[in-house]
Amino acid sequence: MRPLDITRRRFLTGATVATAALPLSGCFDAAGRRDGTVRSVLEYANSLTYRVQRLLLGSNSLAQEFSQSEIRQPQRPNGSTNPQDANYLAHVASDFSNYRLAVTGLVERNLSLSLDEIRNMPSRTQITRHDCVEGWSCIAQWTGAPLAGILDAAQVKSQARFVVFTCMDTYGSGFAGGVPYYESIDLADARHPQTILAYGLNGETLPVANGAPLRVRVERQLGYKMAKYISGIELTATLDGHGQGKGGYWEDNGYDWFAGI
Amino acid sequence: MAGVKTNKGPLIYRQKLATRITHWLWVICLFFLLLSGLQIFMARPDLYIGKQSGFAFDNSFFTIGAAFEGSAMRGFTEIFGYRFDTTGWLGAIWVNGNLQGKSFPGWLTIPSYRDLGSGRVVHFFFAWLLVATLLGWLISSLVNGHLRRDILPKPSDIRRIGPDIAAHARLRFSHGRDYNVLQKLSYASVLFIALPLIIVTGLCMSPGVNAMMPWMVDLFGGRQTARTIHFLTMLALVAFVFVHIVMVLAAGPLNEIRSIVTGWYRTDPGLEPDPAPAPEPETT
Repeated sequence: MRPLDITRRRFLTGATVATAALPLSGCFDAAGRRDGTVRSVLEYANSLTYRVQRLLLGSNSLAQEFSQSEIRQPQRPNGSTNPQDANYLAHVASDFSNYRLAVTGLVERNLSLSLDEIRNMPSRTQITRHDCVEGWSCIAQWTGAPLAGILDAAQVKSQARFVVFTCMDTYGSGFAGGVPYYESIDLADARHPQTILAYGLNGETLPVANGAPLRVRVERQLGYKMAKYISGIELTATLDGHGQGKGGYWEDNGYDWFAGI
Repeated sequence: MAGVKTNKGPLIYRQKLATRITHWLWVICLFFLLLSGLQIFMARPDLYIGKQSGFAFDNSFFTIGAAFEGSAMRGFTEIFGYRFDTTGWLGAIWVNGNLQGKSFPGWLTIPSYRDLGSGRVVHFFFAWLLVATLLGWLISSLVNGHLRRDILPKPSDIRRIGPDIAAHARLRFSHGRDYNVLQKLSYASVLFIALPLIIVTGLCMSPGVNAMMPWMVDLFGGRQTARTIHFLTMLALVAFVFVHIVMVLAAGPLNEIRSIVTGWYRTDPGLEPDPAPAPEPETT
């Protein structure tokens, strides 16, 4: 009985392993097809995450801040680190002296702010942890103008729901040139006290690799929400009409719009 | 032994509906969470200790990668500074006859190709389902007595640890209504330690949750340590599932699978419905 039993067990083990491994090879790739039904069902989880976090998190909880001694390395740059777009290179060549940040859309007053004007606004310095969607983290000190102050100066209309950031860097290259980076956040995140347009990093002027002259810090979200090289802020009621309408460059490429996890 | 036809005890109703439904939900959740989790891990196949990842200093202890030896690509896995060649398995994978720098083979990830965004969508869907399943299991098991009767070990169970280990070592199982003490301890560890731990360390990776409960990520020693614990807990769960399947095969797979599908279980002769005359003296 024993030898027969072992043989049967071995056969069953082998059969179980084989049948378990078979479906793995690409059979669940439907989850990756972004227009499919499977994908749209799975994406309900992202809306649920967004709703639950907004409900539990409230608008006032602050991201953790760290001490100076926890800055142990330069802020790791990621994504675009050296944009080669002509318009951007011209700004770099002139040390951003002609740079203006445009604030447009659903506002009472369109703004066009120079870097000096932004640097002269009330500022906030915070030592926070940057969490990349890839899984790594890096602690650095960021200095910038709270976005809320800029929104107040422009007087946001009541229909506005999103802040869309347009950027000077492009990704890849197609027939029509590169795809411009853009991002969007809701007004709860835009008005959060730690949401700043950063122009300083670790006590220095923000370098090109990290998004000069201005980048967004949205400390309760992942790195890809924190657009670099921003040239414009547009207040909108909908995300349609920007890129493919998903709310950002990475979102158009299948990433979740709410990157709070 | 199970399956010896001349020697059968009675069929008993062993697994309640809630136990069976949640069991198979866990199978589905853990399957998709593992494969989508490995997809996510591919984006940064390194594990660190502390609050942040070391780029200008070294706090990593595990890495999967690829390196060139001359013109030949080799895959490697590094643990505490010891480097192993894992070409073809981890780090460098054969794709259409060519070695490609990729942490895991396609059959181990969802989707099979590199797609972090989709891996995250799958992972978070099944993470929610896992949390719902655990809550559903907890409530139903409190109500139907599964928790008290089958999961939490009693003092009398603890006294049987020695004989039970001996019986398992000899692959000699008795088939009664009740779980043995090793089963109770392993199921309790999974349900009350491993699953909550993997859920909480997963939440520690959320910048939003960190803002709400900074003490939680501090409790684990920082976000990167929490990520590492999340990964190690995954390994523990994989090990549990492996041992669980081996035990099912060893104890008589058809009878075991029938009980977790239909609820009905063939007991050993002489082990009629409940061998203990008064299993719960305090309730009589």
